[in-house]
Amino acid sequence: MADPNRTVVVTDGSNDASAVSGAAAGVQSSPKGEKGAGTDPSKMDQQTLAAVLQFLKNNKLRDAEAALRREAKLPDGNGDSGGSSRVATSGEVSLVLSAYESEGDLARYCEYYNSLSSFIESSLDAHKHELGCLLYPVFIHMYLQLVYNRHEKEAHKFFNRFSVEQEDWHQEDLRTLSTVKTREQMEGNDLMDTFRSSKFVLRMSRDSYQSLRRYLKQNEHRELLSILQDHLFIDVFDGVPRNREQVQATSGAMMGEARRDANKVKVLYGLPKEPDINVPLDDDDEGVEGEDKPKKKKQKKDLLLNKNKKADPNAPPPSRIPLPELKDADKLEKVLSWKEGLKRVPLGRENLPSICFYTLANAYQNVSAVGVSEDSSLLAAGFEDSNVRVWSLSPQRLRTMRNASELDQLDKEADDIVERMMDEKTAADSWLLHGHTGPVYSTSFSPDREQLLTSSEDGTVRLWSLHTYSNLVVYKGHNYPVWDVQFSPTGYYFVSGGHDRVARLWGTDQFQPIRMFVGHYSDVTCIQYHPNSNYVATGSSDRTVRLWDVLNGNCVRVMTGHKAAVHTLAWSPDGRYLASAGVDKNVLLWDIAYGRLLAEMKGHTDPIYSLCFSREGSILASGGIDNTVKIWDVQKVFEEIAGSDDLTSLDRASLVEVGSLLLGSFQTKATPVLKLHFSHRNLLLGCGRYQHS
Amino acid sequence: MQNMNDSHAPLPSQQSSETTSASGASASTSGERKFAQIPKESVKAHAESIGISEVSDDVSAMVAEDACYRLREVMQASCQFMRHAKRKRLTAEDFNRALRWSNVEPMYGHNSPDPMVFRPTKDAELYFYEDREINLTEFAMETILPRNPGETTVKAQWLVVEGRDKGAGSSPALSEELVQYYDQVTRAILGGNEQLIKTALADLRTNSRVSALLPYFVYLVGEVKSISHDLEALTRLLQTAQALIQNPHLYLGPYLKQLVASVMYCILEPLAASINPLNDHWALRDYAARLLAQICRSGCMSVEGLQKQLPLALQKVLVDPARPLCSHYGAVVGLTALGSKAVEEVLYPQLGTYWPFLQSWMEDRTISNAQAKADAHRVQGAILSAAELLLKTYQQSSSDPHAESSHESSPNQSPHHPDASDFTIGTFGHLLESSGTAGPNSGGHRRDKGPVPITQMYSDLYSFFGDSLAVRVGNGAPFVPAKEDESDQDVEPIIEAGSSAFPSVQVERADLPPMLTFAGNGQPIDLSSMPSTSEATHTTTGGRRTSKRRQSSKESPKSKRARRAPSMSDIFSLSRASQRRRDIVVNIRGGRQVGKKKTKPGALLGAELSRLCRRVPFVGKRKKVKTLPGKVLQPSMGMLL
Repeated sequence: MADPNRTVVVTDGSNDASAVSGAAAGVQSSPKGEKGAGTDPSKMDQQTLAAVLQFLKNNKLRDAEAALRREAKLPDGNGDSGGSSRVATSGEVSLVLSAYESEGDLARYCEYYNSLSSFIESSLDAHKHELGCLLYPVFIHMYLQLVYNRHEKEAHKFFNRFSVEQEDWHQEDLRTLSTVKTREQMEGNDLMDTFRSSKFVLRMSRDSYQSLRRYLKQNEHRELLSILQDHLFIDVFDGVPRNREQVQATSGAMMGEARRDANKVKVLYGLPKEPDINVPLDDDDEGVEGEDKPKKKKQKKDLLLNKNKKADPNAPPPSRIPLPELKDADKLEKVLSWKEGLKRVPLGRENLPSICFYTLANAYQNVSAVGVSEDSSLLAAGFEDSNVRVWSLSPQRLRTMRNASELDQLDKEADDIVERMMDEKTAADSWLLHGHTGPVYSTSFSPDREQLLTSSEDGTVRLWSLHTYSNLVVYKGHNYPVWDVQFSPTGYYFVSGGHDRVARLWGTDQFQPIRMFVGHYSDVTCIQYHPNSNYVATGSSDRTVRLWDVLNGNCVRVMTGHKAAVHTLAWSPDGRYLASAGVDKNVLLWDIAYGRLLAEMKGHTDPIYSLCFSREGSILASGGIDNTVKIWDVQKVFEEIAGSDDLTSLDRASLVEVGSLLLGSFQTKATPVLKLHFSHRNLLLGCGRYQHS
Repeated sequence: MQNMNDSHAPLPSQQSSETTSASGASASTSGERKFAQIPKESVKAHAESIGISEVSDDVSAMVAEDACYRLREVMQASCQFMRHAKRKRLTAEDFNRALRWSNVEPMYGHNSPDPMVFRPTKDAELYFYEDREINLTEFAMETILPRNPGETTVKAQWLVVEGRDKGAGSSPALSEELVQYYDQVTRAILGGNEQLIKTALADLRTNSRVSALLPYFVYLVGEVKSISHDLEALTRLLQTAQALIQNPHLYLGPYLKQLVASVMYCILEPLAASINPLNDHWALRDYAARLLAQICRSGCMSVEGLQKQLPLALQKVLVDPARPLCSHYGAVVGLTALGSKAVEEVLYPQLGTYWPFLQSWMEDRTISNAQAKADAHRVQGAILSAAELLLKTYQQSSSDPHAESSHESSPNQSPHHPDASDFTIGTFGHLLESSGTAGPNSGGHRRDKGPVPITQMYSDLYSFFGDSLAVRVGNGAPFVPAKEDESDQDVEPIIEAGSSAFPSVQVERADLPPMLTFAGNGQPIDLSSMPSTSEATHTTTGGRRTSKRRQSSKESPKSKRARRAPSMSDIFSLSRASQRRRDIVVNIRGGRQVGKKKTKPGALLGAELSRLCRRVPFVGKRKKVKTLPGKVLQPSMGMLL
């Protein structure tokens, strides 16, 4: 479990390079003068600088080893952000570690920390909260320096004295930190690797930054200064200092807030116009057939000419990502799902949804994943005993294909060939899929419902045929537990993410990933494909949500604000808003256009594992292991921001003041809510396993 | 590594403390963090156990330190598996997975869902898991196979319908408000505060939002079977049932049978409270009978087939000599409550065989029989009332063939205030209609069906009751209640109306405590002040309701007609003996036949006996009556439902 970071550090480094180099530019642009003043060349002699190469391009190093290494890095430093900047063969890890070596008076760390803390306490209220963010990273790095320099006793004392003062949401990391008590233990610890290889990001108004600078000038705390320089990235902005709520709203991530320039890229979040479908509408269709985005289809059908001509300005060009051709069956399904959508019940604060709950009974093992097909006709549950079971939620029972000799006799040209291929004798309510060798953590149906993807603790993703109920492909690549997998809304592509901190984009016909999304500081815990198939959102236990561009693999949004691991994500049907939730029991709503936090919905009492927007996007449902389903009035938020679409205050997260958004809270008897899904008609389906006692 | 994990160190307890704190988002950190600590002594002990004897302190301390760190690391990793399995509880399997991913062999044999017992040895400071050996041979030969847990299935329920909790699903049905309401109402009803009870019942009668709670209240009423020792509580529960019946917003539908079963229980079964003669379970039976009538009248019965079953169920109890007398009494009052038709068709034909049986009880004067004898007199009184009802109905219908039809169509009578004959129609009205006999023909119908002419019937009954019957029937007044109610019942006018079926019983009860009254009442009553018309009866009871009743009877066209029917009255007055002797009436109430003129000694004897009985609550003769309450209950109820 401790090992993935070895490989990951490599990839992390490469990914960070772009961010870090960008950041360096950012620093130089605004706080350059201050930095220069603060960093007397005579104090720049620490080997610590080796670990933050981008800063050191203009500095010369005294240490021969460091210089050697720097030489190796030099071309990279000059180049923009080349992929060659990866650090870390294992020999180099200890080198990076040596950045913590300090000749200063370590015994005085308590004093330094105290001094900083009292300075912040005594500073103006306006600056207090922004400056307060300094304490946690300073605390961490002081502790690590103490440990690294074998001052175990002092480290212990230091930790016990000040860890209590840290914010609640840091306590989980602090617990991990506190287990590290010797220099040897620092190696190979995930969190330590992250801390020393990346910078903790703080955003601060210029005023606050000035006051910090004055303090540092007055007090010649060399160690403190070097920590600030080496391990912190202070992103200074011009404007009014943020207040406590604003600071807290976006803090909490493992490595601080997102850099401002991380969210500058334009995201094409709109939905492309649907291709024209010329399929005759059969009136005698019997089923709930469906695909995605019924709302849009509805519009298209309603105003076939008008709406269709006017493309969404925020939509990506249809050919941006090569998408699979629509087959006749797909077109038929789109039409059918559109027809289903016509019967949709409008939901809102006056009209709450009906909830139909599917309870799994007699499950021998705990259910660790539940998936529902887009048209709500199939349900797949993954169990901790490695099994996957597929149920039909419609009257249509599940059949397998006939055997080869029987198939051979069929008339291939028949209209109902698909129907004829199926063997009535095999009809069953459910099918069991064996193959994984560890708990199954997620399941995802293909849009055409012919395939199922599952991911497991055994490090693999498996593709199953729902015609033969057998395993088609095993995708190996993660090598560590795969926490989540999801099909793209168009099929063919899928994304998986796991303990190795990487999200991988695959095509079902390729055994190697097409894209790797690297940048999370910890496990990728959940994945949600954007409705337009051009982006992928990932949540992580580093407490951030990131958005990746499928086209180039770049990270285009980093959103911080969760105080614990993110475990579930949901896109609004129009593709602009993203909801996320997890262990911190809060649901956060994000505006992808600017990467800003819109609202925080509190109310759950245990981790949240499922989110779902209603089909028209007016309400959001959340469910978790506190056995409740909660309904939130997100329409209110959208209305609120529509009135004041002020883009100037983007630097400061300003939560929409909406009061309580909770519309309803519904409790099951003893069934955790593991999955929520809105049907085309806006019936909310819930699913979970009944828990005894 | 795995050796460390099941080591003898005091580790697991602390391990669990870390587990809990690790799963909590923010553990309170007061001072020292509590993590697994392995003392070096443990390391030494372990080293010895695997054959390494000489381990220096330094080495063991270092090993211990490192083991602690690894342990914590693994523990944190295992929490991750717990989170992704979407659980709140860390399992041994999670820990094993974390071990496997750290390339450490997992622990074996700790995957039981039951917590392991970790305890110290007696002599040394050593802690260990109680890990008993299991004999696999025995285990394999075990004849009891583990139960097949069944196929994993998906069950669909409505959790919420259009934003409202459905309740039928896997959710607790009720909103906080309703639960509180239920709580308060039940507490009020079962508590002793009269005012609260009144308020609660009044609300139950009128509140339209009770429907969600209906099943719970019906269940509450069903509790009569478990509290049959407590008359007070039984009465309250019956009142609750009554309130539910009266609530116009409720559809009893599927719950009706349960309610009727509860009410029938109170009417018929030998309650635990009946054992003590001081308990006035008779009143409870009367009340329950009235309630039964009310349920019948409420109209929701016709579909249920209960209409026909009820008289049969009552008959079955009546003809069963093994039943105690109080059950017989219940059957009689039940039949009376169901109306004259039930009396005529069920009770009247039985009377010939039943009367001697009753007689035998009443004439046994041994002391041990005192209680049973008193009971028998009760039954007699009830039968007398039934006979009175029967005859008066006949009297009215034959004296005024339009009475019934006029009543049926009489709008000036509120359905909630029907008098006795209304009651009859209400109960069996649909039967009459179904046989194609509306109003005017009803008399003919009777004659068709019951070949017994009124005179014949009267003389039959007279042979049983003697003059006491004439006293009741022969005054020419319509059958009008001599009414009186207990305070807890008088809140509801409907009760008065219903209670009208049992005048004698009620009067008797008015004079109760039973028996004792008669001793004191032995004096002839000043009859000069007592008119012999129907008003006379009212006057004796007095009170608000009496005047109301009197008024209504005056207004009632029926009563006027009844008075205008001298022919029938004449028949009765002919056979009326010493009708103005109140003491005779009293004696009838005591169950004595009029023919036996030794009133005073009899009454005194009764008083004496009852005093004795009070000292001897268990009367010997009871044994003879083979009562098997539980057993008897089942078939009768089964038949009913």
